[in-house]
Formats: sequence, C-alpha cells, structure tokens
Amino acid sequence: MLSREVAKRVFAREFGESDMAFKEQDDQYAPQYLLTPTGAKCNRIFFVGTLIEKGDIGNDVEYWRARVVDPTGSFMIYAGQYQPEAAQALSGIEPPQFVAVIGKPNTYEMSGETLTSVRPERIHIVDADTYDLWILETARQTLQRLKQLNEGSEDATKAKEHYSTNIEHYKEMVLEALKTISKSGEKVSFIDLSDI
Amino acid sequence: MVRDIAEQLKARFSEMDVEVPLEDIEKKLDELINKFRVPVEEAKRSVVSQYSKDRKSADLLKVKDIQSDGQWISLKTKVVQLWPSESESIAQSGLIGDETGTIRFVSWVKSDLPPVEEGKCYMLKNVVTDEWQGRYNVKLTRSTEIVPIEDDIEVSSVVEEFLGAIVDIQSGSGLIKRCEFCKRALAKGSCGEHGKVEGMYDLRIKGVIDDGKMVQDILLNREIVESLIGITLDEAKKMAAEALDQSLVLDAFRERLIGRYFSIKGPRVGRYILVEDVKSSPKISDQDVTELIKEAEAL
Repeated sequence: MLSREVAKRVFAREFGESDMAFKEQDDQYAPQYLLTPTGAKCNRIFFVGTLIEKGDIGNDVEYWRARVVDPTGSFMIYAGQYQPEAAQALSGIEPPQFVAVIGKPNTYEMSGETLTSVRPERIHIVDADTYDLWILETARQTLQRLKQLNEGSEDATKAKEHYSTNIEHYKEMVLEALKTISKSGEKVSFIDLSDI
Repeated sequence: MVRDIAEQLKARFSEMDVEVPLEDIEKKLDELINKFRVPVEEAKRSVVSQYSKDRKSADLLKVKDIQSDGQWISLKTKVVQLWPSESESIAQSGLIGDETGTIRFVSWVKSDLPPVEEGKCYMLKNVVTDEWQGRYNVKLTRSTEIVPIEDDIEVSSVVEEFLGAIVDIQSGSGLIKRCEFCKRALAKGSCGEHGKVEGMYDLRIKGVIDDGKMVQDILLNREIVESLIGITLDEAKKMAAEALDQSLVLDAFRERLIGRYFSIKGPRVGRYILVEDVKSSPKISDQDVTELIKEAEAL
C-alpha cells in the first residue's frame, strides 16, 4: 500500500522561489515533487494564512483562484472541478479570513519564469491561534532545514546544487515571520515614509 | 505422482509438528485420487485438514513471546478491536491482546471459522504467526479452534503521543451505521458478513494527523468524538434527519478539526493510534518564540 505523503511546512516566500519540480519514477502516476531552496521535498504542503482575495475565473465551470498571505509572501491557490471539496469551500468563504490549506504544489511556466501555485485538497477556516502555531512550526522546520543544508542529505545536496541557496536570505525570512508572533522585543518593522 | 504429493504433505506436516507415516498419507491420497477421482488439489486439501485436526495442541504463548514467523501457537486473548474488512478474502481482522501486549490477527473467509466478538475473550488454538512490514501478526486458519472463555483478560498496550495538525478526515467518518451482529461498519446499508441488516448508528472519525515530518492515521470512537466536537450521537442523528443528509455530520467534523493542531494519545493498533485522549494544542508561548529567534540569529 502506498503510504500517504507528509504535508511539508514552508513559508510562501520560499515556496514562490521554488522551481525544481520532478518525479522519481518515469510513470504517469508517480508522485510529483517540488524541491524548495532549503531542501523541503514537497508532494503535499500544509499552510495557514489570511485569504485576502478570491474569484471565480472559470468560463463554463467554476474555477476558483485565491490568494492566501503569510508573513513572508503569498500562496496562489487554484481549485476547479477536480478539487470539488476545496472549490466548494472556497466559494463559501468571504475574505479576509484565516484559512488552513492542505494541497499539492503545482508549477507552470510563464514567459520563461516558473510560477508556483497550490491545488488544494482541503481549505477550512481556522483561528488566529492556529495561524500563530503554524508560523512557529514552519519557522522551526525551516530553520532545521537550513541547519542541515550542509549535512549532505540527498535533498539538501540537490537543493544547494540547483538553487545555490543563500542561507542569509532564508534566515531573514524566518526572523521576519517570527517577529510577527513575538510579543516581546522587536516588533514588525514598518517603513518610515518620511525617510523615502 | 501420489508418492510425490505424499512426500510434500509429510514435509508440511513435520513443519507443523505432526508426524504421520508416509504410507498412511499415500494410501488416503491414492484412494481419493485414483478410486474416487477427486481432483488432486481437493485431495491434498482434504488430507491436510484431516491431519491438522489430529495434531497435538500448539504451545500456549504470551503475545510478547511471539518472535518468529511460521510458528504454530495458541493464545489466550481478548479481542480488543475489529477492523473494517480490507478485502473480500478476509472474514475478520483486528487486534487481540493479553497482559503482555497486543497483536494483529486475520481470519480468512476460506478458513470458515465462527466470528469473534469485540471485548470477548477466547482461547485460540493453533494459530500461525506471520510477519508483515516488520510487525508480527497471527493468522487464524482452517485448523484453528476458537474457544470462548469466561475470565476477563487485562490487555496491556503501549501508549503513543502525537502532536500535529489534522490534515484529513476520511470518508467512513461521521455518522455511520454498524451491523448489529458484528459491529462492522456497513457499506451501502449492507454488512460484509451478514448482508442486508438494519444497522445501528455510531459516530467515529478516521483521520490523519501530520507534524510536517510524519503522518499518523488516527481513529476516534464515539465517546471521544462526542467530547471533542460537543455533538452527541442523538444530536448528530437529528442533524442528519433534518437535513435528510448523513454527510452533513461528516462536513461538520471536517470543518471543526481539519487544519487545527491537536495533541493526541492512545495505544497503537496496526497503522492507527486509537485516540483515548485528545486536546487542542496550547497557544504558542512567547518563550518558544524568543528562543527560536535567538536560534535563528545565531545561524
């Protein structure tokens, strides 16, 4: 029996900066993976964020597009007739709203650039505490991957080779995310417009 | 030809610790095959089942002492749980246990044995051990004898914990119907064993919890579901009746649980953890955040 794939935790910015999609077997039904710059090999991801916009972009049948933001960027999600439960859920959620999404990474090429999106299996409304928990968990797991980037695991080696991963860049991303849930010390930094 | 088959069977009997003279086997086979024109496979089966019944009783073991496969043993156990059948050739499968642990069991349709009941204790004579994916299980076969016993056995099991987000609740969850005779979940109003039955309502959740590193299948029974969701079986029945739709209950469960963090605890049963205790994950603590910030800055 095929065991279920783990839902990886990645921030939106890292997900958006990923473009290495591959299969491990040359079979139509073999699982598809997206390897991210810190070496998360994702066949499925789980994220929580704020659904800020959605729209039905289908012609004859419903085809929902939505944007979910986390502290580092945004995830685009697309749900149509092959994701009936997620599409139905999306049609009923009015933004803005905290949502949890479980889904499959998807990549497509547009004018030479690889764009990532998510085909959701499930979308559900959650609360702010769940969002905090997800940020903390995702920060912890991203940090762990960054630490293990030089330890020579297969995924880490492939990621480093493909992306020449800039550790500093993702460390900053993790810190930005953590500061949005930190009650003490440094708050989220706002740009002072008078400086521009 | 008969001689060859007889030798094969004798070797098989020896493995089961049954010594039968070769001549006896040969004579029986010869009679069946040559005189009564019984097909070879049928003749073999008949001889095997005849001698299997004669064999001396297998050693009575405790569950924790099961350390090899292909061993014929007897167990004094309690049926902890019966699982929905995964295949047409399986009559019953589930978990049995004693004071020393639990083990999975399978009983095949072709073995034609009386069904066991959840929560009851039995002496299982002549079961054979087997290994699958690094775990032992026992198979009840044609030669197995199931003897109900009166005394209650205290089953011990290892409790596991898992902290993660619930990422799926599978169909077959929510408000379901079980067979009133064997407690199996009905599929389209029909029981695999007893056919069309009236059935009785129950609540359960078959779900998946995931911590980003591992996935774990979980089972929540009615008691746990009622306390976790705050909907009783009667209320669930009312909900379904008013909406004329049983799946409404499943939808409600999914909405309440998927995407949220829980810590669960319970014994492992095959691929499942049978959840006996479930709590919403506590909110993040500022200390955790501060520590992680320090850890990130040190990178």
